[in-house]
Amino acid sequence: MYLAYPAVLSALLFCTGLYGVLARRNAILVLMSVELMLNAVNLNLVAFDIWLSRTAEESLHSGQALTLFTIAIAAAEIGIGLAIVLAVYRNRGTSDIDKLRDTAEGHEPDGSDSAAGRETSTPRTAGEKTEATA
Amino acid sequence: MTTTTLAVLVPLLPFLGALAGLLLGRAAPGFVRPLAVLPTLVSLALAATVAWRQGGGQAVDAVTELTPTGSVPIELALYVDGFAALTAVLVTAVAACVQIYSAGYLRDDPRYPSYAALVSLFTSAMLLVVHSGDLMVLLVGWEVMGICSYFLVGHYWETPEARAASLKAFLVTKLGDVPFLIGLFALATDAGSFRITRILGAVENGGIEHPTLVVLLLLAGVAGKSAQFPLHTWLPDAMAGPTPVSALIHAATMVAAGVYFIARLLPLFEASRAAMTVLAVMAAVTMAGSALAALAQDDIKRVLAYSTIGQLGYMTGALAVADRGAAVFHLLSHGAFKALLFLAAGVIIHAAGTNSLAAMSRMGRLRDRAPDAYWTMTVALLALAAIPPFSGFFSKEAVLGAAEHVVTGHNTGHAPAAAGWIVLLAGLVTALLTAAYAMRLWLLAFCGYGAEAPDHGRQPLTMTVVLWVLAVPSLALGGLAFRALPHWFDGHDLTPTLTTSVLGTGAALAGGIITYATWRHTTAHAAARVPLGTVAAHPGGDAGLVETEAVATHEPAYGDIAYAPDPSDPGRLLLGPLHRPAAAGFHLDALYTALLVRPVRAGASLVRFLDREVVETYVRGAGTLPRWLGAAVRRAQTGNLQTYVSALLAGTVVLAVAAVLVATGA
Repeated sequence: MYLAYPAVLSALLFCTGLYGVLARRNAILVLMSVELMLNAVNLNLVAFDIWLSRTAEESLHSGQALTLFTIAIAAAEIGIGLAIVLAVYRNRGTSDIDKLRDTAEGHEPDGSDSAAGRETSTPRTAGEKTEATA
Repeated sequence: MTTTTLAVLVPLLPFLGALAGLLLGRAAPGFVRPLAVLPTLVSLALAATVAWRQGGGQAVDAVTELTPTGSVPIELALYVDGFAALTAVLVTAVAACVQIYSAGYLRDDPRYPSYAALVSLFTSAMLLVVHSGDLMVLLVGWEVMGICSYFLVGHYWETPEARAASLKAFLVTKLGDVPFLIGLFALATDAGSFRITRILGAVENGGIEHPTLVVLLLLAGVAGKSAQFPLHTWLPDAMAGPTPVSALIHAATMVAAGVYFIARLLPLFEASRAAMTVLAVMAAVTMAGSALAALAQDDIKRVLAYSTIGQLGYMTGALAVADRGAAVFHLLSHGAFKALLFLAAGVIIHAAGTNSLAAMSRMGRLRDRAPDAYWTMTVALLALAAIPPFSGFFSKEAVLGAAEHVVTGHNTGHAPAAAGWIVLLAGLVTALLTAAYAMRLWLLAFCGYGAEAPDHGRQPLTMTVVLWVLAVPSLALGGLAFRALPHWFDGHDLTPTLTTSVLGTGAALAGGIITYATWRHTTAHAAARVPLGTVAAHPGGDAGLVETEAVATHEPAYGDIAYAPDPSDPGRLLLGPLHRPAAAGFHLDALYTALLVRPVRAGASLVRFLDREVVETYVRGAGTLPRWLGAAVRRAQTGNLQTYVSALLAGTVVLAVAAVLVATGA
């Protein structure tokens, strides 16, 4: 079996994910790109595990086991990530990463713009919450 | 139990009592009083047993070394000779009386548990000094006493007088302790040991190279602790503490430590004639000056404080003429009658509601209000004035007799004749003055007439019984003991000699009679009986509360802590123009303020200026460049995650390429 095919495919997947993380503006798309990168790594893990265990007498297939771990953790990660994006969207009315610059130097946590935005969005959030509970 | 075990237990029991009192004070208030009184009483019984077993014979000498400590070994040494055994009995007896008295005196005081524990700790520290055979261990007790006196003098820390007095007591005694420590090191380096027995052995063999220097350094510490001129100024101010503390610290224990220390190391002091002369001059100045000052004080406790300084002067005088038997004899009898005087003064302050003699002299029937205090104080004042057959007469005559022996050359000791003359003359003058101020105190306190004293209720039984217990040794100790004591001490005869007895008693009688005549003269004028005085009236309050208020109101009421503008005071007429300076302690405090306090303050403000303006400028300057760099770097923080990740990627790529290049060896 040739190792080149899965390796090239995984490199392509990783680069696509990296481009998405660096260039996309929507937070959900950034999360999806992260998933792509993780899956590229998974592919690599499986491929190299097979390639290495070919010559070995006995193998534990630890690469494949690690892939299962990665998939499970990726599922949890995307769940939390989407929840955060949802909360940010409900709070701010946007999920555009370029507009979420609270950690910038000189940005005041209770500055006028963000405070005003919060005030307008808070009743809506409260309304949605009551809706959800009902 | 062996005598050694008993002697170790004597200081240990009050120490354990103090620890238990400090730990249990809040948790179990019911145990505070037993924990304060019982260890001291048991310690008294043990000290008496040790004294009885020791019996003035061979000294109990035991030593153990816990761990090697380098050049000069420090050993836990016990050395109980006749001096130590009898002084320990005195210390424990006075401490037990004070603990019992305090239980009544401070019965409503919220800080009584810590107070009682500190008194116990103080007692154990003094007993450590008394029993220790190693100078470093002795120094531990010496310093623990210093810190305990700081806490106890400042017991009423709500009043500014007490705060200032406690700081002053601590700083002045420390001022003496620094040279004392250096002197101990110099002594141990010469002798090769901190053990007192070895040091005295080295002195006999001439192993001490610079005895004068060492002795003068040690003398500074002794002057601070024993309140000798010029480091005596803390003691009168320390009267801002509770009266039982004054009785314990400033009559029988702490101030006695210095005298006791010299008595222990007397052969070392005898090795230097110059030091003996310095000691004699110090004693003479202390005696005469403090007696003059006592004659002008208005606060009853300050009179007693100055009289303590004067009596300590007698003891150092006896040491200056190389008779430690007389010094410790006077230490014992003075400890008894001075503790009695202070405790009786506490009762009087409680009964009268004031500590001012001027106010007391305008009160009728004070002696009926506090009859126990009246009778016992009369006994103690007679002992203080050295009227036969009270105990003070025999001990003071022993001192004067020793000085006379030196003057006439009967003594084969090492004291210079000049020291003998100085001590003898100053002692006689002081005997006159002592009788004068004792008489003045008695007349002003008990023979006043005017409005009746306000009623503060009966004194608790614990306070009055103690007075009678202490009155017994004040009355009879000297007469019964002067034949037996030489057996315990060095063997010097302590019997009063005829010449000094006649001279001393004559001077004392003259002083008393002159004061009485002056008092009759000043009180005869009706114009002299101007109304004067304030009284703290707290019918339900305990004695401690009354005393706090009396101390706190003295300065606002009379304009000075030690002085009252009373025209009917016999001391004013006797001293004439000297009265005002004597009341202020001959302005020694003002001198120290000008010479020491102000330069130190100026130096402190200079240092503050240098620190704030000069040093800190450099620090700020050094901080400027990193701050600018930080500001520049902070600009990269845009808040955009993607920028950060891009930078991370770029860095990773650069590192990876570099690693590959290095690995391939390009």
